[in-house]
Amino acid sequence: MGKAVGVKLIDEYGRRHDGRLPDQMRPVRMRINVLENADGSALVEYGRTRILAAVYGPREPVQKFMALPDRALLRVRYHMAPFSTEERKSPAPSRREIELSKVIREAFEDIILVKYFPRTAIDIFLEVLQADGGTRTAAVTAASLALANAGIPMKALVAGVAVGKIEGQLVLDVDEIEDGSGEADMPVAYAPDIEKITLFQLNGVLTREELEKGLDMALSAIRELVELEKRTLKEEYVSTEEV
Amino acid sequence: MSLTPFKVPIVPELRKSTILSLLAKGLRTSERDLVTPRIVKVKTGVIERAEGSAQVELGNTKVLVGVKTDVGAPFRDTPDEGVITVNAELVPLASPLFEPGPPDENAIELARVIDRSIRETNAVDRKSLAIIPGSKVWVIHVDIYVLDHDGNLFDASMLATMAALMNTMLPDYEELETGEIILDRSKKTTPLKINKKVLTVNIAKIGDYLVVDPDLDEETVADTRIVVAYDEEGNIVGIQKSGPGAMSREEVLKAVDIGREAVKIYFKSLEEATGRAE
Repeated sequence: MGKAVGVKLIDEYGRRHDGRLPDQMRPVRMRINVLENADGSALVEYGRTRILAAVYGPREPVQKFMALPDRALLRVRYHMAPFSTEERKSPAPSRREIELSKVIREAFEDIILVKYFPRTAIDIFLEVLQADGGTRTAAVTAASLALANAGIPMKALVAGVAVGKIEGQLVLDVDEIEDGSGEADMPVAYAPDIEKITLFQLNGVLTREELEKGLDMALSAIRELVELEKRTLKEEYVSTEEV
Repeated sequence: MSLTPFKVPIVPELRKSTILSLLAKGLRTSERDLVTPRIVKVKTGVIERAEGSAQVELGNTKVLVGVKTDVGAPFRDTPDEGVITVNAELVPLASPLFEPGPPDENAIELARVIDRSIRETNAVDRKSLAIIPGSKVWVIHVDIYVLDHDGNLFDASMLATMAALMNTMLPDYEELETGEIILDRSKKTTPLKINKKVLTVNIAKIGDYLVVDPDLDEETVADTRIVVAYDEEGNIVGIQKSGPGAMSREEVLKAVDIGREAVKIYFKSLEEATGRAE
């Protein structure tokens, strides 16, 4: 699946298989307040990748012995819906999902002002409704929006994007076809307002120069994504006030 | 589901301020500078029953890796390649922080970071592991066993994994007319084909300092860590930011450069222990 055998992923004009330029994102959509029960929620799309995020809390931890005396406990679940992939994905958490839940939680530990809410839990639930590459980074963006929508104080908004290397060239926001036959995939999450990288992985091989160039490509795209997050949040609240 | 760890070693605030004030002078509690790992000891062939094995000591951290091999079916999308699995067990005898049970998120992350580093570089030649392309291939199981945890399980496990793979000899086998493969584990004569050697360097950010190979106290007080995998040419073949905090762009790039120097020390230890002619 996702392996494009014999297909050129970058054509002679530098266009990618879906017509994008190397440093071009897929169309991004963001919406908040999409769920009734959650304290905050968001729907984020990077092309066909679609993530639903819900935030509950601060609330009493379900297992009370886990409560931390000096801060809120964060719980994060990144989970893929069984129908989100080409072949059905078993709903049981895979090793990949367990790892990604951890790195996404760690992307927010130093962003959420957890010291304000001792003995409570803040839960971030992320469901991949449709997977087409870049699910973890779109999930970070969705989590950031849902946290803001829940009114949870944060140092800054966060967004994520992956940079890949295909056919020797660095490209922004890789989709599944590109990821499947690419030489490297580097997911990054960043909080531009405090200039902090909160999630950083590299799967594949890059030179030192490519790493720096790829990182800067990701950071500049994330600055735009966070601007879009701000606009999404403002528009929602502007329209709420007008009612 | 991933939770904020609620069972963490208690490092007194005094310890933290000691660590930080030493770092300010370019020193560490383990009497080394910021960019030098602890003393590394690599021993191979420590488990005779295994097809390959190695034990690594990194200061007081001890990791044992055993490689077992089986014959199995290839993955559908790679019919002419062998299969490699990496599993890590944080066995409860290794630390008061470890509990019996299935691998937790830390064990899974450890195994997956090491798995990606060897997979993405094709460090083990998977094509050479096909016995009957399409139906029978070697399945290589790498099992990481942490014996004593004093911080930086990543580097110790990666070194032990690489050393164990280089130490691995595939058993002899007989191919029956039915296509069945009969292994003779008493004879192991074919070394595993290694294309590339890959090692990681774990760099902790403590306050404004970046330190190579943090021990457990340093890991506990660290803001975050970044684990960078390198090949011998100095290419970056994997990265994992692991830990709750954040880093600036400059810190990330500085860590990658510091690691690129430090990894040479690990490669030297690996070389000395394996000494296998390529």
